[in-house]
Amino acid sequence: MSLLTVRGLKAFYGASEALHGIDFSLSRGGVTALLGANGAGKTTTLRALCAMIRTEGTIEFDGRTIGGMATETIVRRGVALVPEGRGTFTDLTVEENLRLGAITRGKSAEVEADLDRLLGIFPRLRERLRQQAGTLSGGEQQMLAISRALMLRPRLMLLDEPSFGLAPLVVRDIFEILRRINADEGVTMLIVEQNARLALDLADHAYLLETGRIVLEGPSADIRADEGIQRSYLGY
Amino acid sequence: MLHQLVSGLMTGAIYGIVALSLVMIFNATNHINFAQGEMAMFSTYVAWMLINAGLPYWAAFGATVALSFVGGMALERMVLRPFRDAPLLSIVVVFVALLLAFNALAGWIWGYVLKKFPSPVSQFSTGTSLIGAHELFVVAVTVLMLTVLFLFFRFTRLGLSMRAAAQNPVSARLVGIRVGRMLTLGWGLAAAIGAIAGMLVAPIVFLDPDMMGGILLYAFASALLGGIDSPAGAVLGGLIVGVGENLLGAYVVGNDIKLTVALIVVISVLIVRPRGILGRITVRRV
Repeated sequence: MSLLTVRGLKAFYGASEALHGIDFSLSRGGVTALLGANGAGKTTTLRALCAMIRTEGTIEFDGRTIGGMATETIVRRGVALVPEGRGTFTDLTVEENLRLGAITRGKSAEVEADLDRLLGIFPRLRERLRQQAGTLSGGEQQMLAISRALMLRPRLMLLDEPSFGLAPLVVRDIFEILRRINADEGVTMLIVEQNARLALDLADHAYLLETGRIVLEGPSADIRADEGIQRSYLGY
Repeated sequence: MLHQLVSGLMTGAIYGIVALSLVMIFNATNHINFAQGEMAMFSTYVAWMLINAGLPYWAAFGATVALSFVGGMALERMVLRPFRDAPLLSIVVVFVALLLAFNALAGWIWGYVLKKFPSPVSQFSTGTSLIGAHELFVVAVTVLMLTVLFLFFRFTRLGLSMRAAAQNPVSARLVGIRVGRMLTLGWGLAAAIGAIAGMLVAPIVFLDPDMMGGILLYAFASALLGGIDSPAGAVLGGLIVGVGENLLGAYVVGNDIKLTVALIVVISVLIVRPRGILGRITVRRV
């Protein structure tokens, strides 16, 4: 059974239509990759799921329609977006950023335990707890964004280009951590990446977007083996 | 000299408390509300009316704070909400319009004749000519408000939510904060603090529609000097401006150009240290 089902999803920037009615679904506990070139509509899809832009069509999360709900309501249902540009609260401290991730969960021992656990996964953040988040490096801010999303205890995590602008070694670390979080905690993930190879390694299923339409879908292994994909996106 | 110093600290406390309400709105919305002083003045008239209607001082005080809180929230919902996505300059124009509207409305309802406003501590005496009971009361309330606000913003989840909503509304929504409510609440709190400030100021300067004009300018200078996002900075800035104004007025430049000095402070701070004494510097790395 799928956690998220999308049918005929259209998205608009002002009057212009950026997604022309796409269908896809995310399997519970799986990692799905959304691939495509610049401007294909990957980020737009994530924004549409979080109601950050105007949409048409149906979005069902855990069997209930979330289309038409406000962003904050969707988030409170357990959908966490790690946005493009990381969305850091630059003037707040690292710790405040992390606590904001769990702000809807109230004050509890569980939140404290989660904070401690995440700081165990990202020791760099522990060293910088009292530091202003805007002073962190790009990689550290990406870790912060992922941790902030995890502080929500999300059921679905949407990741927008987690590799963007980062050194290869940092990217490897971050993807390894994502893999672990998915395996250990069963968080369903939808990951948008320009680096298709990286995304396909992590994902079990993938969709390929081209100018606002889904043109191909299948298990990651099949997609990786597809010659057309290899030529256009994997650079073999 | 000591006398000037003490009376400077007293005026400083007043600037500080008005500056606090500016900081409050800034922290909640990232805007500086030019109409803050006039809103405070308007609230004070409401208190005056309630007292004249026979309410005891503290009942009128509490009712005024509550009414201002609700009024501030209503103002945000009805007047500012439609400008949510408007450019900064449009919002500034709205603030200036509010300033003029409150001023004119107060004049129209209550007239321009100076009115006496009571102090809750007027029957007490401090036993010295150096400092009056009301002045001491002002300082105490200012310190109390500062402490409460500081604790609120630093240590409560609501305070953190408000700061997050003001700073980065998009990210705030993405962690599930209802940003619209935070803005509304911020306006309510600022209006309530403004009302307290107005009721503290009025016994000293007398109540009239223009009573906050000069004070707001000094408060603005104080908030900038201390750091526009820092409650402690606002009060510290207020004390510095208050003492500086008094000493300069008494010994150096005379009373006529004291206000000019406040303006010079504003401009100098903006040039030399835009974040103020205790303000946070905003660092961004990309």
